[in-house]
Amino acid sequence: MAGTSTGHETDTVTAARSDARAQSGRVADAMPYLPASGTPFAPPGVDTDLLVWAETVAAGGYTHKVLARGSRIRLEDVTGEACAHVLLYNALEPWERLNVADTMKIPWQAYPGTGHPLLSGDGRVLATIVADDSGRHDALCGTSTAAAARAKYGDPAPQGPSPSGRELFVLAAAKHGLTPRDLPPSISFFKGVRVRGDGGLEFTGSAGPARAVELVAELPLIMLIANVPHPIDPRPGYVSGLLRVHAWRSAPTGPGDPYWDAAPETHRAYLNTTDYAGARGL
Amino acid sequence: MTATVPVAVTDAAGRRPSCPADLAVVLSPASYAGGTVLDLSGPLTAGEIVLDEVVPARAPWSAVVRAGQVLTIVDVGGNQSGDCLLYSAADTGERYSVPDTISWSGTAYVRTGTVLRSNYGNALATVVANEIDRQDTIGGACGKESNTLRYGHHTMAEHGCRENFLAEAARHGMGARDIVSNLNWFMNVPVEADGTLGIVDGISGPGKRVAFRADMDILVLVSNCPQVNNPCNGFNPTPLRMIVTAAAETAPEKARKTAQGTEPRA
Repeated sequence: MAGTSTGHETDTVTAARSDARAQSGRVADAMPYLPASGTPFAPPGVDTDLLVWAETVAAGGYTHKVLARGSRIRLEDVTGEACAHVLLYNALEPWERLNVADTMKIPWQAYPGTGHPLLSGDGRVLATIVADDSGRHDALCGTSTAAAARAKYGDPAPQGPSPSGRELFVLAAAKHGLTPRDLPPSISFFKGVRVRGDGGLEFTGSAGPARAVELVAELPLIMLIANVPHPIDPRPGYVSGLLRVHAWRSAPTGPGDPYWDAAPETHRAYLNTTDYAGARGL
Repeated sequence: MTATVPVAVTDAAGRRPSCPADLAVVLSPASYAGGTVLDLSGPLTAGEIVLDEVVPARAPWSAVVRAGQVLTIVDVGGNQSGDCLLYSAADTGERYSVPDTISWSGTAYVRTGTVLRSNYGNALATVVANEIDRQDTIGGACGKESNTLRYGHHTMAEHGCRENFLAEAARHGMGARDIVSNLNWFMNVPVEADGTLGIVDGISGPGKRVAFRADMDILVLVSNCPQVNNPCNGFNPTPLRMIVTAAAETAPEKARKTAQGTEPRA
């Protein structure tokens, strides 16, 4: 009976197994690509044999990955409507994590862009922004809470039509043994915010489709990404779009790299980071 | 020693705050840089004083402030950053959130009326009075490790707010995972048009105050900032005074009590 109404023949274990196996090989708009080297959306100029992560994240979806020091991560806003809310942790000691205040204060710059270090609260660089053709990013406003998403869109639940970023971070974090206490303020990419002279916030929105930002992991990272509308996006609807993620084996910032000694504060941050990595045998 | 001037250990109203150290030393200008003026001021709101304590320079502090109570923080020596975190007293997993405070208020600066929100978006407290133009919540806290980035590795031996937060958090069963970006009472962090931001000379002064009302029972953690490498403390860390006043009785409450008093039930 169920077979005729659902299109599945699942009345015995053998039939159910055949039915399940017949589903393999299907393609969705949002899915991971394995092996990563087989991605249909390989970033230009990247040796696909070096890829370690290839995925398209749904609008209102999330993803997460543990990445080696030296990984290069590319986030692409496919449609111009993605907003990648990102949290980073030292995978070896996850209480060391993104600190947005230090990320803005120590480089004396509130607006993230190429060359900007994403700092932990422990005086080290978790990742460096090494490429960016969007320029619309934000370290001030964090992501949406359930309360904010409920007020604006109605239903903030992960299984509903308008998940809040925080609800998705709770799930992504839990998959690495992390709890809500492990969720500090996050940074977001592809939707801009500027501070006016009186302190008021101005939402500058998207730079358009097919924009990308690239990060280099300076430590082994747990990376959590929630792809939800920016919390001060003034549009009343839940506007989100596909986010494409690739990562490949590369090298952490070191002597001779342009960002290594571009500024005294970040230079000492890289020194602290390489000191830590060296002592740990990384 | 030259002839010592007697140190006033009471405010203008004759109140003597408690203090974990010798108040006469803590309130002596001789304990600080030359020219330091100290002003204990007083509470910014009326109501019974339920807690009145002076936090010595460089020290951590914490207290539970009940819903409806008001905490006045006095910048006793002027331009002394009071780094501050708030937690729901019932569940410290709910805690102050810089981005939620900024996103809901629509402004990067904290002023009278700003609702200090939690990571769940709830109101932890509301700023009810403020004697300087704006308060900071984007500058974060100093710490031993971040000082090495900002000023050099020679500062590693110095104490920082992160250390104060960790020490005080540990007294309440919390640890590094519970420490997040914070408020900085009396600190001045302008954001310029191109995004350049930084800590500049303060806009507070001796005796200036800020006060916030707890909107739920909150645990307040404060680090009386020990930083000596930037102007957040005027290069001269000084004490803070913390005064908690009970909620003023509302007219209906007063009426109910009066009624109960005149018509006692059997």
